[in-house]
Amino acid sequence: MGRISQIWVYLAEQPLLWLTITVGLFWLAQQLYRASGDFPLLNPVLVSVAVLVGVLMATGTPYHAYFDGAQFISFLLGPATVALAVPLASQAVTLRRHWLSITIALSVGSITAIASALAIGWATGLQGEMLLSMLPKSVTTPIAMGISDQIGGLPSLTAVFVILTGIVGAAIGIPLLRGLGMRDAVAKGFALGVASHGIGTARAFEHSEEAGAFSGLAMGLNGALTAILVPLVVWLLGL
Amino acid sequence: MRSVQAFCHGSAQPLLHNTHESQAATLMIGSIAALLILQLIGTIVIRLTGIPLPGPVVGMLLLCAFLLWRGATPDALAGTTRGLLTNLGLLFVPAGVGIITHLDAVADQWLALTLTLVASAVIAIVVTAFTLRLLMGRARHGARPSASGRGD
Repeated sequence: MGRISQIWVYLAEQPLLWLTITVGLFWLAQQLYRASGDFPLLNPVLVSVAVLVGVLMATGTPYHAYFDGAQFISFLLGPATVALAVPLASQAVTLRRHWLSITIALSVGSITAIASALAIGWATGLQGEMLLSMLPKSVTTPIAMGISDQIGGLPSLTAVFVILTGIVGAAIGIPLLRGLGMRDAVAKGFALGVASHGIGTARAFEHSEEAGAFSGLAMGLNGALTAILVPLVVWLLGL
Repeated sequence: MRSVQAFCHGSAQPLLHNTHESQAATLMIGSIAALLILQLIGTIVIRLTGIPLPGPVVGMLLLCAFLLWRGATPDALAGTTRGLLTNLGLLFVPAGVGIITHLDAVADQWLALTLTLVASAVIAIVVTAFTLRLLMGRARHGARPSASGRGD
């Protein structure tokens, strides 16, 4: 028994343990998700995060110790973002033909995401740092954290809202739009990218390559637009 | 697996197959290097110009411009990017676990937060999807002769 706890103490300080657990759990969560016939509440990101939070709390592991190992996974977000150019370039024909529609829909979607978060958050009683941290929630983590810092929110809290928004969008976006009679893969993917960034984009790629490409495009563009709009809204409203 | 079988049969195939595999592996490293180099260039551009965007997004725009100029995506790059993008969700898990550092604040206002996150996501998704379909539908009617050629 003493031997086992010694090994645990040793491993808990090594990057290998939490890296392995994160990748292994995500793989299991993916199998579970597929076995359930893509049941939305069994979204692999949601299940992995929930189980890992439980494991960290049960073992008394601080987040920074976990992140020392798991940061290698987070690092891949950079190359993966660059990689979004490949499906995007494959949609060049649609892009050239519909650039004006895309620009308008992007602006409408971006403003809707920010304004609805502000209005509903305010109406439900969110205040101060909590409300400010909520505003950039629809864009990818590194951009959102930068915006949050700039407007006086808490970047690490914003990261949490970003991930939760991504999970919500990925879980309900496609079934919701299907229920409303939306059959256009481009529109579905684009909406997921605007509202729920990379996690929505991951879900859009499961739907189709075309949906994924436009989701990635929307995610990149909305990151840029939100970085301009949110500080502007905060300044205009004097928040 | 196939190369192991071929090897057991003792044919001339395995040598050829091995050559192929090592070539594919080299090409994969090449595309990972390309992605990292573009991210690095993007980061340098941001540092020099002060554009409020993350380096990888600039890297994405540069790669997209390059691929459009070149007219086709190399097979190895297409394979590597598909591998990365089909498992994109995994890359968000470590940041998501960060919720553990804000459990108290989140638990205090869980109802307001849930309402805001869910309602705002639903509204943004529905409004964006239907706006784009409406606008593109109109554009497609305007350009009827080529409208059927979308997304080859």
